[in-house]
Amino acid sequence: MINTTLVTEAVNAQRRYEKRRWFVIACLLMLLLFSFVFDIATGPSLLGISQVSNALASLFGFPVEVSHITEMIVINLRLPIALMAVIVGGSLGVGGAEMQTLLNNPMASPYTLGMAAAAGFGAALMLYLGSLGMSSQIAVPIGAFVCCMLSASLLFGLAMMRHITSGQLILAGIALLFLFQSLLSLVQFVSSPELSQQILFWLFGSLTKATWSNVAITAGVTLVCVLVLLKDAWKLTALRLGEERAKSLGVNVTRLRLKTLIIVAIMTATATSFVGIIGFIGIVAPNIARMLVGEDQRYFLPLSFLVGAFLLSSASVLSKAIVPGSLFPIGIVTAIIGVPFFFWLIIGKKR
Amino acid sequence: MLEIRNLHLAFDDLVLANDISFSLKAGQTHVIIGPNGTGKSTLLKTLFGDVQPQQGDVYFDGEPLNRKQLSKWRRRFGYMPQDIRLDVGLSVLEVVLLGQLDALSLKLGNRLLEAALQALDQIGLLHLANRDVRTLSGGQCQMVLFAQALMRQPKILMLDEPVSALDLHFQQVLLDHLDKNTKQHGWVSIMILHDLNLAAQYADNLLVLKDGKLVAQGAPKDILTPELVHEVYGVTAEVMLDSAGVPFVRTQRNGHHAALK
Repeated sequence: MINTTLVTEAVNAQRRYEKRRWFVIACLLMLLLFSFVFDIATGPSLLGISQVSNALASLFGFPVEVSHITEMIVINLRLPIALMAVIVGGSLGVGGAEMQTLLNNPMASPYTLGMAAAAGFGAALMLYLGSLGMSSQIAVPIGAFVCCMLSASLLFGLAMMRHITSGQLILAGIALLFLFQSLLSLVQFVSSPELSQQILFWLFGSLTKATWSNVAITAGVTLVCVLVLLKDAWKLTALRLGEERAKSLGVNVTRLRLKTLIIVAIMTATATSFVGIIGFIGIVAPNIARMLVGEDQRYFLPLSFLVGAFLLSSASVLSKAIVPGSLFPIGIVTAIIGVPFFFWLIIGKKR
Repeated sequence: MLEIRNLHLAFDDLVLANDISFSLKAGQTHVIIGPNGTGKSTLLKTLFGDVQPQQGDVYFDGEPLNRKQLSKWRRRFGYMPQDIRLDVGLSVLEVVLLGQLDALSLKLGNRLLEAALQALDQIGLLHLANRDVRTLSGGQCQMVLFAQALMRQPKILMLDEPVSALDLHFQQVLLDHLDKNTKQHGWVSIMILHDLNLAAQYADNLLVLKDGKLVAQGAPKDILTPELVHEVYGVTAEVMLDSAGVPFVRTQRNGHHAALK
C-alpha cells in the first residue's frame, strides 16, 4: 500500500536539504572567521594576517614566534573588541530572530519594541545623575540594563494576559519606543552641552568599551540564553504557524511567549548596556538567515547568530577603514552599509 | 466517549451555549452544523480547553478536563483550526512533522520522517513533501494541515470546516479517509461543516446548533427535514433521499427569508 521508493526518495531529499543548510552555516562560519581576523588586524597599527594568526595560535598554546608588542596589541586591545563584535552581533541577531518568531512579524526586533531605547534612556539618566557616585563604567551599563528590563517587564505583563495578540504586543512595544525616546530627549534637553555630547556618544554604539571582563559576562549570558532557546527550537518553529495552530499542536503559547521574551530581554539588555545602541542588526540578520535556510529553528536560530555576528564584525572592520586612523561609531556604520545590501536582498528575493 | 454537561457560554450579551449537554461516541463521526456566528468554532475550543465556559464540564472517558493539566488533556487531540494560511519558510514535510511536536528533537530520526511521509502518502500528497509551503494553493495547505492533525495520532479529531478550500476530489479523499480511520481506530471525530449534503453523507451523528441551543441531534436521516432547515437557516428547501437512503437537501431559488434572526 505504502509507496516505499517514493518515501525513501523524499527522506533523501529532506537529508539533502539538511546538508545544504549545514553547508550555508559552514560558509557563514568561514566568513565570520575572516572578518574576525581582519577586525583584529585593522586599527591604528595595521598588523599582517600572519601576525594575527600567530598571536592567536600562541594564545592557544601553540609554539609560534610572536613579538611581544604584537601579542600585547592582539590580546589586550584588539581581541576583546573583536570578540565583543561577534558576541553582540550574534546576540542581536538571535534576539531579533526570536522577536520575529514570537510576534509573527518580520519587522519586530528588540529595537522596534523599545528595549534599546529604554537602555539608552537608562544610560543617559545615569550620566545625567553623575553615575550616582560610582564609576561611570559600571553605573552606565547598570542603568541601561535596569531600564531595558523595566520596559521589557511591561511587555511581559501584557504577554501574560491571555487575550493579548501579537499585533497588540507590537503596538505596545512601539508605544514604549516612543515613550523612552521622548524621555531620552528630555534628559538630553535638560543636560549641559558637554553631558549631552557624552550621552550622544553612548547612543551611537561603540565596541571600544569592551574589556575582558564585560566580554566574559556578555559571552556567558548569550551562551546560556541561546542554549535555552535552542531547546525550544521545535516549539518556536510551531509558533510561526500562528498562535492558534501552535496551541492545537500542544504548545503552551502564553508560557513560551513569556519565557522567550524574558530571555531575549536579558540578552538585549546585557549586550546593549556594554556597547550602546546598535539598531539595524536585530532586524536584518534574521531576515537574511530566513532567506538562506528557512524557518526550521534548528538552523534558523544558529544562522541568525552567525549572520548577526558577521555583520557587526565586518561593520567593525569598516568603521576603522572609512577614515584610516580614526574610529567611526559602529552604530552609524551598520545601518549605512547594511541598508543598501538589505534592499538588494528584498528586491532580488526569489521563491 | 467525549462528553459535555450543562455548558453555558456567553461573551457579554452574546449567548453561544445555553445549557447544552451531549456525548460523542468513539468510532463515530459527529458533524456540527448551524448558522454563521452560532459558536460552533467556540464549542470546539471549549472542548480543547482553550475557552473557559461560565459553567459546564467536559469529560473524556469519564475523566474531567483539568485546566491545570491542559497539555495532558490536549495530547489526545488532533485539532485543525479553521485558518488555513501557511505563510512560513518550512517544507510540507516539516509542517506535518510538527504534528508530533513532543517527539521531535534536534536530530530528526528516519522513523518520524517516514511516519510523516506515510501520513502524506495516505491522502495522496507524497509528491509535495519537499515543497516550500508558501508555494502551495489554499486547498493544498488544507490537506497538509489535515496530514499534520493525523500525525498526532489522536483519540479525538476535531476539524473546523476541513473542506472549505478543497476541490471535489480532495473533499472526497479527506472525508473518506476520516470515515475509514474513525471506525478503524475508534476515534471520536468531530467536524464543523456548512454543506448539509456532505454533513448528511458523512455524519453518524448530526448536531444542529442555533442561538445557543442544541436544536436537534441524531442520525441525519432521522432529523434532517425541510422544517429543520427552515427553522435553522430560514431557507425553503426540499429534503429527498438518494438511492442509498441518505438525505440530500435541495434549496429553492430565492428561497431565503431576509428577516430571519
